[in-house]
Amino acid sequence: MADVYVVGVGIHPFGRTDGLSGLQQGAYAVRQALSDAGLDWNDVQFGFGGSDSSGNADSIVNELGLTGLPVINVKNGCATGGSAMIGAWQGIASGQYDVGVALGFDKHPRGAFNAMPAEYNLPDWYGEVGMMVTTQFFAMKLQRYMAAYGITSTTLGRVAEKAFDNAVHAEHAWRRAPVDLDTILNSQMINDPLTKYMFCSPGEGGVALILASEKKARELGRTNVRVKAAAVRTRPPGSFEVFAPSVDIERGGAPTLLASKAAFEMAGLGPKDIDVAQLQDTESGAEIMHMAENGFCADGEQEEWLAEGWSRIGGKLPVNTDGGCLACGEPIGASGLRQVYENVIQLRGLGGGRQVPGDPKTAYTHVYGAPGISGVTILQR
Amino acid sequence: MIAITEGLFTDGAQPCLIGGRHVESGRIVFPCPGGDARYAPETLPNKGTVWSWTIQRFRPKSPPYTGPEAFEPFAIAYIELTGAVIVEGPLINVAFDAITIGTPVETVLVPHATDAQGRTVMSYAFTPVQEGSTHG
Repeated sequence: MADVYVVGVGIHPFGRTDGLSGLQQGAYAVRQALSDAGLDWNDVQFGFGGSDSSGNADSIVNELGLTGLPVINVKNGCATGGSAMIGAWQGIASGQYDVGVALGFDKHPRGAFNAMPAEYNLPDWYGEVGMMVTTQFFAMKLQRYMAAYGITSTTLGRVAEKAFDNAVHAEHAWRRAPVDLDTILNSQMINDPLTKYMFCSPGEGGVALILASEKKARELGRTNVRVKAAAVRTRPPGSFEVFAPSVDIERGGAPTLLASKAAFEMAGLGPKDIDVAQLQDTESGAEIMHMAENGFCADGEQEEWLAEGWSRIGGKLPVNTDGGCLACGEPIGASGLRQVYENVIQLRGLGGGRQVPGDPKTAYTHVYGAPGISGVTILQR
Repeated sequence: MIAITEGLFTDGAQPCLIGGRHVESGRIVFPCPGGDARYAPETLPNKGTVWSWTIQRFRPKSPPYTGPEAFEPFAIAYIELTGAVIVEGPLINVAFDAITIGTPVETVLVPHATDAQGRTVMSYAFTPVQEGSTHG
């Protein structure tokens, strides 16, 4: 497989944008990414993209131009963006193409997602009695993890506090004002042990990446960020996932463990080689648990990590440097590509007030979502 | 009075959930997958322990939720039905601050809603096992 480079990135600010559809926010991101790369839409040979609830990515040609290029629609839940990137990466790594776009966008209404049982092959009664609620799963996975490994509510609060502190310096973030620890801990309880400020909100946004072959990247003078790995995995037996009426007593693996292992093997790297990481933080506890599932610490060590600030900008492994989902919100189709966007900014040294010091060379992203899917990418300068 | 769906639980003094046993591997799931010859219905133990829990403090969106409009927070838990499988369901008759992992519970049937014909729709829940319970 040939080397593939990220030669352009673009983002439509996350949050709420009245008057622009999800697809239009995606088109905005593509235009910005093309401009960043020094390319025109005519130069793009193919695309992969998608949204969860804002329609098909191939309609982007109505916004950007009827050049006849193939655009493959991706609909892969929270891994939509990651899957689009894998598609674009393979198209170039195989030698078939020199320039492609990976695109993700979305626009969700306010409030928690209202998934319907039939969409997940579940019986209607499961939703009728009030269990078709994603936040319950995150709370219950976390409740058990906290009891097993001695994680405290204060640590959950510190994750959210860090997110809002980082987002102050991220122009694309939604919630850009600091929130103090006491306010986070004492805010409205949503699903115990998680308070309002510890959950991300469904939102809006669009992200685009322009990927290119080595030849094209050299032409553009953009050989500084290379894709080392991109992997998506579904759940193994015995895992505990969103929307599960039952769980096996004999515990098994998790999709994140599989995706992380696959990506590290593909890159020939390990957790110690990573300089900055963007980890799925649907809620504070998810970031805590995903630190361990991705191999960056042992279960229970997160207490010390958060107390010592090791995952803050300037810590030994900065995590969610743009405030993550907690501060950016979660437009499902765009969220995974936002993480990659942030890593490209960090590797180029353009993070401004949130720039990771020490010239980071290797950057990691991780998304997780229903019904048990996980995507990991590793970029290297 | 009708069940929220057929084949979900047995009734009687000690109601039980009905799971499905994978015929080849013996793995038990809940509920029993309908129309799938790989699974045979299996009556699950009435008793178990709290495996994890949370409090649902906002009204789930309707659809699909069909509970009362006047919302009261309720507890949701995963219950390890001893030796069988871990199942998800509401936890009732318990103070929210008294719930802990490992609490012994038993399966009960509870009214969930009233349907368009005025019938009471029954569903299942779990409740802490009372000390000195005659159910043993």
